[in-house]
Amino acid sequence: MAEREKKYRVTIGLEAHAQLNTKSKLFCSCPTKFGAPPNTQTCPVCLGLPGALPVLNKKAVESAIKLGLAMKCRIAKESIFARKNYFYPDLPKGYQITQFDRPICESGFLEIKSNGKKKKISIGRIHLEEDAGKSIHNEPFVPSEATLIDLNRCGIPLLEIVTEPELRSPDEAVDFVQRLQQMLRFLQISNANLEQGSLRCDANISVNTANARELSAKTEIKNLNSLKALARALVHEIERQKKLIFSGKVLNSATVLWDDKNQTTRTMRSKETAHDYRYFSEPDLLPLKISADLIKKIESQMPELPSAKIARFLQEYQLTEADAEILTLTPPRADLFEWITKQIGDASLASKWMIQEFLRYENNLFSQKKRTWEIDIAELLTLVKNQKLSWRAAKEIFSEMVVAKKSPHEIMKQKQLFQLSDEAKLEEIIRRIIDENQEALAQYRAGKKPLFHYFVGQIMQKTGGRADPKMANKILRAILDSM
Amino acid sequence: MDVTRLDFSQIHPLLLNGSVSCSRIVRDYLKNVNEGFPLNAFISILAEDAQIRAQKIDAKIRQKRAGKLAGLVVAVKDNILVKGIKTTCSSKMLADFVAPYNATVIDCLLKEDAILIGKTNMDEFAMGSSNENSFFGAVKNPIDHTKVPGGSSGGSAAAVASRQAMAALGSDTGGSIRQPAAFCGLVGLKPTYGSVSRYGLIAYASSFDQIGPIARSVEDCAKIFSVIAGHDSRDSTSSTHRYPAQFFSDIAPVSSLKIGVPKQFFSNDIEPDVKRNIESSVEKLRQKGAQIISVSLPHADYSVPAYYIIATAEASSNLARFDGVGYGFRSDEAKDIGNFYAKNRSQGFGEEVKRRILLGTFVLSRGYYERYYRKAQTIRSLIRRDFSAAFQKCDFLITPTSPTTAFPIAARSYDPLAMYLSDVFTVAANLTGLPALSIPCGQDRDGLPVGLQLMAPRFAEPFLFSVAKAVEKFCPSGEIENG
Repeated sequence: MAEREKKYRVTIGLEAHAQLNTKSKLFCSCPTKFGAPPNTQTCPVCLGLPGALPVLNKKAVESAIKLGLAMKCRIAKESIFARKNYFYPDLPKGYQITQFDRPICESGFLEIKSNGKKKKISIGRIHLEEDAGKSIHNEPFVPSEATLIDLNRCGIPLLEIVTEPELRSPDEAVDFVQRLQQMLRFLQISNANLEQGSLRCDANISVNTANARELSAKTEIKNLNSLKALARALVHEIERQKKLIFSGKVLNSATVLWDDKNQTTRTMRSKETAHDYRYFSEPDLLPLKISADLIKKIESQMPELPSAKIARFLQEYQLTEADAEILTLTPPRADLFEWITKQIGDASLASKWMIQEFLRYENNLFSQKKRTWEIDIAELLTLVKNQKLSWRAAKEIFSEMVVAKKSPHEIMKQKQLFQLSDEAKLEEIIRRIIDENQEALAQYRAGKKPLFHYFVGQIMQKTGGRADPKMANKILRAILDSM
Repeated sequence: MDVTRLDFSQIHPLLLNGSVSCSRIVRDYLKNVNEGFPLNAFISILAEDAQIRAQKIDAKIRQKRAGKLAGLVVAVKDNILVKGIKTTCSSKMLADFVAPYNATVIDCLLKEDAILIGKTNMDEFAMGSSNENSFFGAVKNPIDHTKVPGGSSGGSAAAVASRQAMAALGSDTGGSIRQPAAFCGLVGLKPTYGSVSRYGLIAYASSFDQIGPIARSVEDCAKIFSVIAGHDSRDSTSSTHRYPAQFFSDIAPVSSLKIGVPKQFFSNDIEPDVKRNIESSVEKLRQKGAQIISVSLPHADYSVPAYYIIATAEASSNLARFDGVGYGFRSDEAKDIGNFYAKNRSQGFGEEVKRRILLGTFVLSRGYYERYYRKAQTIRSLIRRDFSAAFQKCDFLITPTSPTTAFPIAARSYDPLAMYLSDVFTVAANLTGLPALSIPCGQDRDGLPVGLQLMAPRFAEPFLFSVAKAVEKFCPSGEIENG
């Protein structure tokens, strides 16, 4: 750590909003599909029409409990919904139904990695709330004086996850968000996609001199729609606050927006003029009672969580920790690894293949509707395992497979990529090569031993890489030694 | 025969045996509606719809498939949504608002073949005790046109009392069914909170509001209640309690009753004529063998302040949706977004509504929440406890419905506090969620009706009806000439 760095202590807290992937909205039965035409997924309840009343979505409550259990939170036996009152054109009721002083989950943690070491980040609370609509302006199709409003998003269920201010660097913050994403996806309760807005993140950051007793004012950064933006915004804000401290100026608490294009923040409003939300308990909903039975039921249906999966992979497949972490990053990835391993009976080959070859095509392949490629990969790797194909050839076939969507056998036949492991045939080829390279042979025999590799190269070239390397080496050495 | 002089219970057998038709009934009522114009009881009249419906129901009667309320000509307070019909809440804000869906109670009535004759005038957004706060002008008391009909369901009460409707639906947040029923000499029921769905009722204060019937007889009231009561999955606060199918199977013999008379409710400034009539009714019940017990409700004095704090707090939030964005009044003078809200709301709402929104916003705001809102909630639970204790000693409570009979129009309109005190006996039932019924029990020296209020434990409406029937027998309500 540089001397300059030691003089400051960085404190970061995160507030993340995860959009739940329930079929219907939090307080009505409207669908929640992404990208539907504006205002087509609405009803009196989510439009806030006079007389309409909210009815709580049980699935959303179960999702909240799932995340709470996964993060070792205390699940409230009775939690209550509150109204957060403020005026905004895309907030049709004039208030948002959320949870305030009695959230559904409290005091848990999520383990992250910091400089290679494990670190627990406390989760203050997880609560349920409804999303607001979307105001559209500054688009080509919107007249300059007008604002259009799309209320499809109104009432979409969100989980708000609030950490304690225990993150100490942008790296830790990024790791936290990644692990949160991973958890949400493992639990299958949210797509947790930052770019699409199904995971939204605000960061509170405060830089202090290392010996300061109290936290100084903090900045809340909004609009962080990628991990890169999160990291950049934090780095930017840390530098800005350090400069202020260094020049003896006072930092005011503020809410800022991150402008990723210009790599800078711009002030939204100062905390002093912030709203008084006038929270009070939502009289249209009864207190939410969660029975021990429901918690037990959800507990029994919990999928294997990332940490447990890593531990099992280490033990069951003898992987390195780094490989296990990569392979368990998402449930489909972990499932695919296990499936392939089962098919080919070789975990180390499967893991090597997944990490070295598969990952670069992962998004493409997972997004395909027909999943025949899984079987193709297993077939391909079986050929590698049985030494019918060299790694290099398998790699070539695989890249062709992804593009052409043909089976490995077809490509193999077409490209003549079978591994040459016929001993007699290989010997014949090698003898011919030696015949054609009398000069090199003479030099080799005169003691220039590295020329052995020249011969290997020639064999590979002649066979188009199909020669079984081990067998070719053995035959070549035997012939050369006998001469 | 003037069919409009008959109660539903009297006319129903005649309908079924064919001596009178729905069409005839509707025609006669519509004639009264035309003549009753000076009372200003209606905002919308559904003449054509009612006539068409009457013919259809006549056909159903002939085919013996008519519903339980076939032939009931009912008026509906204009804060209850009827699909395709203007629902104004008597506000400029919603003067042109056409309801896009039916309130649950409307579906219930239509299913049993009731006939809607019109939407009734009311205090704007149900805020008032005199029906003078209406964008469409004050309603007059049919018994004495210089007097108020009571509020906020004054239009409903005036329509029934002047025989422009057989019965009506009102909504009761702090006495808005019972007080106008008392002022107009009718029976009005504020049901147990949660027993009638609030879906489609434009909310004033969610934790108090309850829809209920106003009718000329206890039996009519009970019949309507039996149709509109029941669980509604669209209202989360809706109870799953099931009332017995037959409401009058067990008429409690008066001699077995223990009647509680809360002493606090008789120490207030009650008009001597009101006091005399109530006391005489209690005495009559005693003569019939009922046991009279004096009970204490020590926190009753705080009912009015606690009610106005909580109700206005909820109102300030409930009315936030009326912002002129999606529907409702929109000023064309706005210059920016803050101004847009300010203009729409200051021009769209009347004075009393604005007063209550401001009061509610104040009591919820930071710094005052603890001093007002929280304390009022504490008082609310203390009052609940008072009532539970009282019902340990007696079966039901008797109080006046209002400390006065109908007062002159404009007498209190410039003294909001005096107006708020009109609710002194009625708000306790809303604070506690208990059922309460007002029944006429005589007249003052000017011939204005006096209302007697009966309050019972939760879901004891059938019991209230049977006691009210006993009162009805010895206190027949006076005949009113058509206003």
